[in-house]
Amino acid sequence: MAASANKLPETDAPIKLSADHVGMVFQRDGKTTQVLRDVNLQVAPGEFVCILGPSGCGKSTLLSTMAGFLSPSSGEVKIDGELVTGPSPRRIFVFQERGVFPWLTVEGNIAFGLFKLSRLERDRRIAYYVKLVGLEGFEKAYPSELSGGMKQRLEVARALAVNPDMLFLDEPFGALDSITRLTMRRELLRIWEAERNTIIFVTHDIDEAVQLADRVAVMSDRPATIQQIVTIDIPHPRDLSSPRYLELRNGIFDQLGLAHKV
Amino acid sequence: MQLSLNSFLPLSLRVRLRPIAFIAALLIAWQIAVSRSPVHILPGPSEVVGGIVDLIRHGLLLKYIVASLFRVTWGFLLAACLAIPIGLHVGWHRRAEMALNPLIQIFRPISPLAWIPIAILWLGVGDLSSIFLIFLGCFFPLLLTAINAVQNVPAVHANVARNFGLSPAAVVYRVLYPAVVPQLIVGLRITLGVAWLVVVAAEMIAVNSGLGFLIVDARNAGNRYDLVVAGMVIIGLIGLLLDLGMRSLERVKSLRWSYSED
Amino acid sequence: MNSLAEPRKWEKYFWPVLASALFLALWHYSVIWSATKVFPSPLAVEKGMAQLAGKGLLWSYIADSLRRVALGFGAAVLVGVPVGLTLGWYPTANQIVNPVLQILRPISPIAWIPVAIILFGIGDTTAVFLIFLAAFFPIVVASVDGVSNVPSMFRRAARNFGLSPLQLLVKVVFPAALPQIIIGLRIALGIAWLVVVAAEMIAVDSGLGYLVIDARNSGKRYDLVVAAMLLIGVIGLVLDLCFRRLRNFKSVRWGFRNES
Repeated sequence: MAASANKLPETDAPIKLSADHVGMVFQRDGKTTQVLRDVNLQVAPGEFVCILGPSGCGKSTLLSTMAGFLSPSSGEVKIDGELVTGPSPRRIFVFQERGVFPWLTVEGNIAFGLFKLSRLERDRRIAYYVKLVGLEGFEKAYPSELSGGMKQRLEVARALAVNPDMLFLDEPFGALDSITRLTMRRELLRIWEAERNTIIFVTHDIDEAVQLADRVAVMSDRPATIQQIVTIDIPHPRDLSSPRYLELRNGIFDQLGLAHKV
Repeated sequence: MQLSLNSFLPLSLRVRLRPIAFIAALLIAWQIAVSRSPVHILPGPSEVVGGIVDLIRHGLLLKYIVASLFRVTWGFLLAACLAIPIGLHVGWHRRAEMALNPLIQIFRPISPLAWIPIAILWLGVGDLSSIFLIFLGCFFPLLLTAINAVQNVPAVHANVARNFGLSPAAVVYRVLYPAVVPQLIVGLRITLGVAWLVVVAAEMIAVNSGLGFLIVDARNAGNRYDLVVAGMVIIGLIGLLLDLGMRSLERVKSLRWSYSED
Repeated sequence: MNSLAEPRKWEKYFWPVLASALFLALWHYSVIWSATKVFPSPLAVEKGMAQLAGKGLLWSYIADSLRRVALGFGAAVLVGVPVGLTLGWYPTANQIVNPVLQILRPISPIAWIPVAIILFGIGDTTAVFLIFLAAFFPIVVASVDGVSNVPSMFRRAARNFGLSPLQLLVKVVFPAALPQIIIGLRIALGIAWLVVVAAEMIAVDSGLGYLVIDARNSGKRYDLVVAAMLLIGVIGLVLDLCFRRLRNFKSVRWGFRNES
């Protein structure tokens, strides 16, 4: 079951990213910790995949490996059939809102990756993405003057402005309150439907994963591996009280060994 | 394990040797520059070593080091014993801080050395004068450190303590004091550096022993510049040791946390 | 964390004025009670100050001191910040150079006076050199720390957008380290002001430090000594306040959130 679940639904579809037998071992103070063990994942172009797991299980390590910030101890990550050897502007890693540069304005942050473009093209992109993430009127504001949700949208805008074909999001909404988080999920889906980037989204929130993703990869505890891949076959916008939603959500609860009652 | 340790040692040894090689290169450059210069007033490193040996042989080196350290210890301790309690109280009582702030701000930037005439007038030429100057040099920085330290303690900590039913005095002793210790230690380290700077200057003017006196005396009595530079080297080394000693205090585990992380 | 609720508006002026008045009164009456002939009362200091200002000497002394600080401190900034950024950026270089810096740093700039006099003679250059030495090391240390404290997330984000190493240094590392560098510059300016007074007491014959020592040596004019000390304090305070304004620029403001 596990082996077949790690494959894409349609086996002959093109593959954007593939992780093959990825393992990661850290050595610290002479102690060896295995963080990742034999992780296999294949992602189609334009797909939205959530990696779900408990805190500290190694999800972020996996994401850093895919983005090229870490190289795996064993196995390999390929994007568009090429081995990933380092980070690239073709695929942007979005931190929690802490990654925005506090010394630059909203405009300055969005323009950060656009240094190779002409001034005209740069201004056009800034205006477009400021509008896309709903920060009109704040172009000259500094991050310290923005709310957490606005900073998060700014970081997404900065990432999108360089036209990446992949986005890596590491618990991007983790620091936001639950109401803002809901709005941000809707915004992210709207942007994704407009831009159709491939998105890999790390979260420890089961509801968040089921609301956003085409497929959810459920990770085990350390050393982490993918336990199961759940395909969320509900079209957007999703009804959070539909029987199918609840069924999928409860299935993941069971998979993680959680009870349904508080 | 044994094997990896062995293969590691040469590398780390090489890394350790690099700064020593750099120092050696500087010393050689110094020697060459001195021997090339037409007027032979400034000593080369070999003459400085000779000077240090000379000082040791006459028993002066130890005597002068002890004299300088004696003054620094007393001035620094007196300043710490007075400035820290006063600063903690002033920081805690908002009105006291408002009242004293202008006076502190005017006294602080007065170079302790500008007090020399007054110190000599009040305390005469001798140990007391230089201890007084060191005291002044340390008192104001420490006072400000203590005031700021109290004000930087988050109000949450005090509220937690009140919530658990601690009396106001207990809040001060069980929460406020432990909370300010890390900042105080950093302040003490910086201030000890200032004290070491002041003692040398004070000894050049107000007394007739100590490392500062050594420098001035070696110059005035016969242009013994080898002794001048020897004195400077010793001052640098002892200052370094004092700084290292204070830094090891900073590494004590229970004092190691600070607010900088959030 | 403070003990009491927000003070009322009038208290903002009342308490400082009260404390200063008490301090002056204490000073005044201790001079009277101790019947000292040497130490001046506040009134004598005020007269001495007026006398100095009248002679016009005061302004040229202030200008001399400020010029020396500006030259020495300016040179230390121009050399120290690039050196500190480089050392912070290349940890290997820092590992090699750091021990030398650590030995040179605790040598009191005053201890350099004999050597400085040989190299530059008695005069302005010597004083400027001493101030340069005093300011250089704190600036280098603050810049190294500033660079090594740049959050790794900023570097990662910059690598992700494909910046060259030089762009990374100019566009990310320097602005990220700037608040800490400014704190270091402020401390260095304080030390420079402390050293200029000391240097002027020993190595030159003009400036506020010279005024202090000269007023004492030629005729025990302690009223002028104290007047000069107060001036040194006030000018030092003004310099510090000017420097504090730097942090109000928006592009560095974020680095000072936790400070009052």
